[in-house]
Amino acid sequence: MARGPAATPNPTVAARDGMVLPAAGPGTGTPLAVRGLTVSYGENPAVFSVDADFPPAAMSAIVGPNGAGKSTFLKASLGVIPRLAGEVDVFGKPVEQARARIAYVPQRASVDWDFPTTVIDVVKMGLYREVGLLGRLSGARSTRAMRCLDRVGMADFAHRQIGQLSGGQQQRVFLARALAQDADLYLLDEPFAGVDAATERAIIDVLRDLKAEGRAIVAVHHDLSTVPAYFDHVFLINVRRIAEGPVATTFTPETLQATYGGRLAATHLDELAITGGA
Amino acid sequence: MGADFVQFSLTPILIGTFAAIACALPGNFLILRRQALIGDAISHVVLPGIVVAFLVTGTVAAVPMLIGAAGAAIVAVVLIEAVRRLGRIEPGAAMGVVFTTMFAAGVLILERTDTSSVHLDVEHALMGNLETLVWFRAEGWASLLDPVALASLPEELPRMAIVCALILGLMLLFWRWLKIATFDEGFAEAVGIPAGAVGFGLVIVAAIAAVAAFDAVGSIIVIAMFICPPAAARLMTNQLEAQVAWSVVFAALSAVLGYVFAGYGPLWFGAQNAVSAAGMIATVSGVVLGLACLYGPHRHRVGEGRAPAP
Repeated sequence: MARGPAATPNPTVAARDGMVLPAAGPGTGTPLAVRGLTVSYGENPAVFSVDADFPPAAMSAIVGPNGAGKSTFLKASLGVIPRLAGEVDVFGKPVEQARARIAYVPQRASVDWDFPTTVIDVVKMGLYREVGLLGRLSGARSTRAMRCLDRVGMADFAHRQIGQLSGGQQQRVFLARALAQDADLYLLDEPFAGVDAATERAIIDVLRDLKAEGRAIVAVHHDLSTVPAYFDHVFLINVRRIAEGPVATTFTPETLQATYGGRLAATHLDELAITGGA
Repeated sequence: MGADFVQFSLTPILIGTFAAIACALPGNFLILRRQALIGDAISHVVLPGIVVAFLVTGTVAAVPMLIGAAGAAIVAVVLIEAVRRLGRIEPGAAMGVVFTTMFAAGVLILERTDTSSVHLDVEHALMGNLETLVWFRAEGWASLLDPVALASLPEELPRMAIVCALILGLMLLFWRWLKIATFDEGFAEAVGIPAGAVGFGLVIVAAIAAVAAFDAVGSIIVIAMFICPPAAARLMTNQLEAQVAWSVVFAALSAVLGYVFAGYGPLWFGAQNAVSAAGMIATVSGVVLGLACLYGPHRHRVGEGRAPAP
């Protein structure tokens, strides 16, 4: 069947050497591309002129010391906090036009868990982009929210008040809310902070499933020892961009030394060199 | 309960009830956002606005009073933000500085102004004049159907009813935004909800409720109703929807019981005069909160009631 270029649903571009490469368009493009991002809270910049490109169908870690601007970078990319300068493209579009394709999981400690609501209600907040301000939450949508809760192993807790949950359970509820958003780019802020081992396994399993479905995952991560095991791509930041690339080649003692400076003990570097090289 | 009740008690009770509900509705969200002091602040800062409006217009008509109060409330909100950001101090302290200063300024201006000809003084500002909002033309329940009598209803009644309905309507319309932005502001921004505007709109609505209620019932009721019914309601349920419904019930209960106790309570104990309705309504709302603390099904101490890990 002959198809004209205009009628092609997924346009392709013939490269010079005859290979066919996907062109930028809906469903393609870098999941998260950041150029010159600068954020300042006071006189000193928290994030200064940072470029970053996070790859599709991969798990990426944002790594850096405390106060390096990891969370700030994530929030400013999303427009949750204002940026002083910089451009953020999500799948080739400005982030403001791509909100439906993004799921954001804030730090667990950023909300008041004494808020009067139930677990399933929080998950249903993830359906906001679909239902809008006044749309009705149909039975089918409620069922889907329940399935998302089931995916993180929290279905039995659907009607609990959220204040009754442990830290790990709260993190799973937040992940379930992100699953309900059915996004293509998942941005998580410290998803493993202060959670139990069972929750950490449950979360990593879900994230790997998302990656297998072709979605991009970007997580702020503080545990250096698990970076090689969990992530494909790493972005090292300390106010400025230090290094970025595949974990195998970029997550090295040299780049970590550059990121953490004197704050990372030499013994830690030795350990990481072993696990990183393995 | 006959003609006397309709003439002297029905309208104050209704006005008190509408004022209480209008304040309690936004109070639910202010408390959850830990901004309960904003209601307190607004109810104090409207005083200089009202006094200035009187100085400019020379009357105590409703419209200039409301405009003056609204202007003062806006000045206060801007000042609070300015003090908070420029002074780098916590919001509670910024509010405390601004509202006490503005209220004190209002008292000073009031003292230096000749308001003897009109009903405008510090006591009125605190207590309102609920007892005087009677329906002279009423001759019984039948007057509710009499257009001539209805025309002479105290103007505070329709005004307060409209404000109450407006606030309820806005809350229902923006319910999803309010709920999501109050629970998780970062997530709300990320999904495209204008969380900053929602927060600002909430303060504006609280200001409208405070200004409208201020004239009729005084600042004591306004402060009490922003906080007591929603706080008591929070102890009755773990669902925001139910909490708001409970807060309306508690607000109405406080207004009705408070008015009745103030008017008839002292007589039951052999005293001669009724006590301030505004003071009694606020007191009843405090007692309701106390009872909810003692007997509410969802009261709990911090750190209690965590579920075991699955």
